[in-house]
Amino acid sequence: MLYDFNILTDNIHQYLTGVLPPVWVMLVEMALVAVAFLTFFTLLGLSLVYIERKVSAFFQLRLGPMRVGFWGTAQTIADVIKLLFKESTMNKYADKFLFNLAPFIILTAAVMAVGAIPFANGLHALDFDIGILYVTAVSSIGVIGILLAGWSSNNKYSLIGAMRSGAQIVSYELSVGLSLLTIIVLTGSLQLSTIVESQANGWWIFKGHIPAVIAFIVFLIASTAETNRAPFDLAEAESELTAGFHTEYSGMKFSFFFLAEFANMFVVAAIGATVFFGGWMPFHIGNWAGFNAVMDYIPPVIWFFGKVSVIIFIMMWFRWTFPRLRIDQLLTLEWKYLLPINLVNILLMAFIALMGWHF
Amino acid sequence: MKEIIQYFKDIAFGIKSLIKGMRVTGHYISRPSKIITQQYPENKETLQMFDRFRGEVVMPHDENNEHMCTGCSACEVVCPNGTIEIISKRVEMEDGKKQKIIDKFVYHLQMCTMCGLCIPACPTDAIVMSNDFEHAVFDRSQLTKILNKPGSKIMPGIK
Amino acid sequence: MEEVTSLESQEYFINMGPQHPSTHGVLRLLLSLDGEIIRKVEPHLGYIHRSIERMCEYDSYQQIVHLTDRMDYLSCHINNEAVCLGVEMGLEVEVPERVKVIRTIISELNRISSHQLWWGVMGMDLGAITSFLYGFRDREMITDIFEETCGARLTMNYNIPGGLMFDIHPNFQKRTKEFVEHFKKTLPEYDDLLSNNVIFRERTVGVGKISKEDAISFGCTGPTGRASGFSCDVRKHDPYSAYPQVDFKEILAEEGDCFARYKCRIDEMWESLSIIEQLIDNIPEGDYKVQTRAVIKLPAGEYYQKVETARGEFGVYIISNGAKSPYRLKFRSPGFSNLSALNKMAVGGKIADLVAIMSTIDLVIPDIDR
Repeated sequence: MLYDFNILTDNIHQYLTGVLPPVWVMLVEMALVAVAFLTFFTLLGLSLVYIERKVSAFFQLRLGPMRVGFWGTAQTIADVIKLLFKESTMNKYADKFLFNLAPFIILTAAVMAVGAIPFANGLHALDFDIGILYVTAVSSIGVIGILLAGWSSNNKYSLIGAMRSGAQIVSYELSVGLSLLTIIVLTGSLQLSTIVESQANGWWIFKGHIPAVIAFIVFLIASTAETNRAPFDLAEAESELTAGFHTEYSGMKFSFFFLAEFANMFVVAAIGATVFFGGWMPFHIGNWAGFNAVMDYIPPVIWFFGKVSVIIFIMMWFRWTFPRLRIDQLLTLEWKYLLPINLVNILLMAFIALMGWHF
Repeated sequence: MKEIIQYFKDIAFGIKSLIKGMRVTGHYISRPSKIITQQYPENKETLQMFDRFRGEVVMPHDENNEHMCTGCSACEVVCPNGTIEIISKRVEMEDGKKQKIIDKFVYHLQMCTMCGLCIPACPTDAIVMSNDFEHAVFDRSQLTKILNKPGSKIMPGIK
Repeated sequence: MEEVTSLESQEYFINMGPQHPSTHGVLRLLLSLDGEIIRKVEPHLGYIHRSIERMCEYDSYQQIVHLTDRMDYLSCHINNEAVCLGVEMGLEVEVPERVKVIRTIISELNRISSHQLWWGVMGMDLGAITSFLYGFRDREMITDIFEETCGARLTMNYNIPGGLMFDIHPNFQKRTKEFVEHFKKTLPEYDDLLSNNVIFRERTVGVGKISKEDAISFGCTGPTGRASGFSCDVRKHDPYSAYPQVDFKEILAEEGDCFARYKCRIDEMWESLSIIEQLIDNIPEGDYKVQTRAVIKLPAGEYYQKVETARGEFGVYIISNGAKSPYRLKFRSPGFSNLSALNKMAVGGKIADLVAIMSTIDLVIPDIDR
């Protein structure tokens, strides 16, 4: 291993145990991780908003933000400052406690999911043996926030949006889970670090034959739906429900929903990259030792973020090309197309794994 | 069996149509030269308006501070919105005759719909439409303009 | 079996508009909903009423023309033409051939630009925001042509009773040909992006159906009526200007659903392109207007002139008592009649269907609320 962040983390750990009692070591390490993740989260939000705006602009033959900073790079910072100064309004008859709670639930769910993602060898905050289960479980907490936001706003548009979102996420959770399960049949482990390690001699999307490709396509569609992005943005559905579940939100609370959407997009892309494209694992081909060694020189963090940005770009491409589905068509797509395909696909994959046909 | 074939046909058709759409947007994202937006305040110097563009009514003056308006009120009559208001006065000319000239040519930009009816109505071509389109001001009173410059005279020979 | 009445779901009302992203202006719809299913749609008008018809009774005939710009602003040239043709009919003035041809070309350009905007907005209503910008990109070329020749991009006011305000710009023909060439390349993109898209088809095929009988009884005209099989193209049935000399076909469909209305408009753009191509090289020489009196006084009587705007049949009904302004003037706007069929189309559908229906009947609110 050329780049091993375990050395870095071990050094920090050893230094801390040398100067502090064990309890304090744990607390300091937790604080360090928290600071690192919050910084990462902020940077992620800021950069993804900018990237989304630029990508959408170039899709639409526009230039996008150009005024603040070089090519508008400081635009999101300016937006955050604006949002901070905006009045946080509330409907008179809104349920105040739930109304204020909802954005935090959504944001917390997003942060918790980010924590379990392996960024590189050793750069991994939460490495459970049930990593994937944890991520899928945590990311569906977000829907509670959406439902609360829609309900507590005391606005019919919000309520319709929230109910749509509830139906949508309950259905699409299944497809996300099953498509990930297709690969887990091969890895035999739910631990994200083990899944990455198992792809040292090739990524699952290549090793798993056609079922892996189908699983990836299903995952991409279902996870786009799970993050409430167009063409599945029925919860917001600007042209139907004005802004859906966050119609009544303003200022910083609104920006939490916004931030959570981008964080969720990152989480979904990161899980997709980890399970199907080997996470931080460089591109390796079987036993071409020379080629593999060259690939190893590229740092794993670059591999990871490269793969994630490709998936995010595809999701943005979807968003800026397709019209939105109707709620019944959304459910038809899940229950009549994605779910049966997924189940057959798992069966096929299990058969392949049983016969040992995968590489 | 037929239904099953139809089911897969539907999927194939759907995916094909989606890829077609993505090809169009993908075509444009890979060609930044096709971007059509202009950076407006930055390109102010090079921005070329078309000659006939109807911005606002102006009254051209020559270098001797003379205009061509006789104060005949043809434009005032033809204007649908009461945008133009001509206040004229009678003065004694050098040769002793009394003549009606304009005192103030008041132009209410806030009421103007830029229909352009006043321009062909003018018998002496005293008013034209300029290409200026930046009409925003901070106070409404600035929109009421007096088009003849202070101290200006009618050009000799214009009746 | 006895019907369970106690489980009937409760309907609720929702106010869509006057400020709503997909009502295209200040239209207010009072929806009666059962969950997401629409039970009743009640349009409430009057938020942008400017009493244009009343204003016309005080204006001279030349001044009336520019007011019609402000009604259906997307087909303003065609509206202007209606008034001018009505006044010319009353004056018994025959405009030169040149004027007729130029009017027809600009009308067709206007129709295309209106449909381009509609296409973009339709995509946006269904959630595909990119189509909005693509529609506007192509429309930009037409507005440039208008700006160069007529002096304004939207409210052109290029027609006057008796002809045109000024002659066409020397670049007009060149630019129009450039546009036709450009648009022939980009119009197939519209099909790739929306028409053939599976999601778009799911959203529009079979949605918001209206039968031919209903379309006729509601007075739906334009693509909205023709998509139900109601042959109502004024350009064909009651030709004016240079339409008798051009060869084009009336686009008709049978289905009467959103997709048929969509397809009618797309096909109409192809027809308009062909009309422009037939005329652009054959603009006859001659005067660009007939000199009329400075004060036009129509002989006492009633005059009705109808034209085909991008939305349907637009009529001008002038009652004159011989004075310099009309005694009474009535506009028959296509949007108003088309909107009246909204309830018929939308009942039983979902909120998302309503948005699709509203964009396929192509509402321009100032046209409905004069």
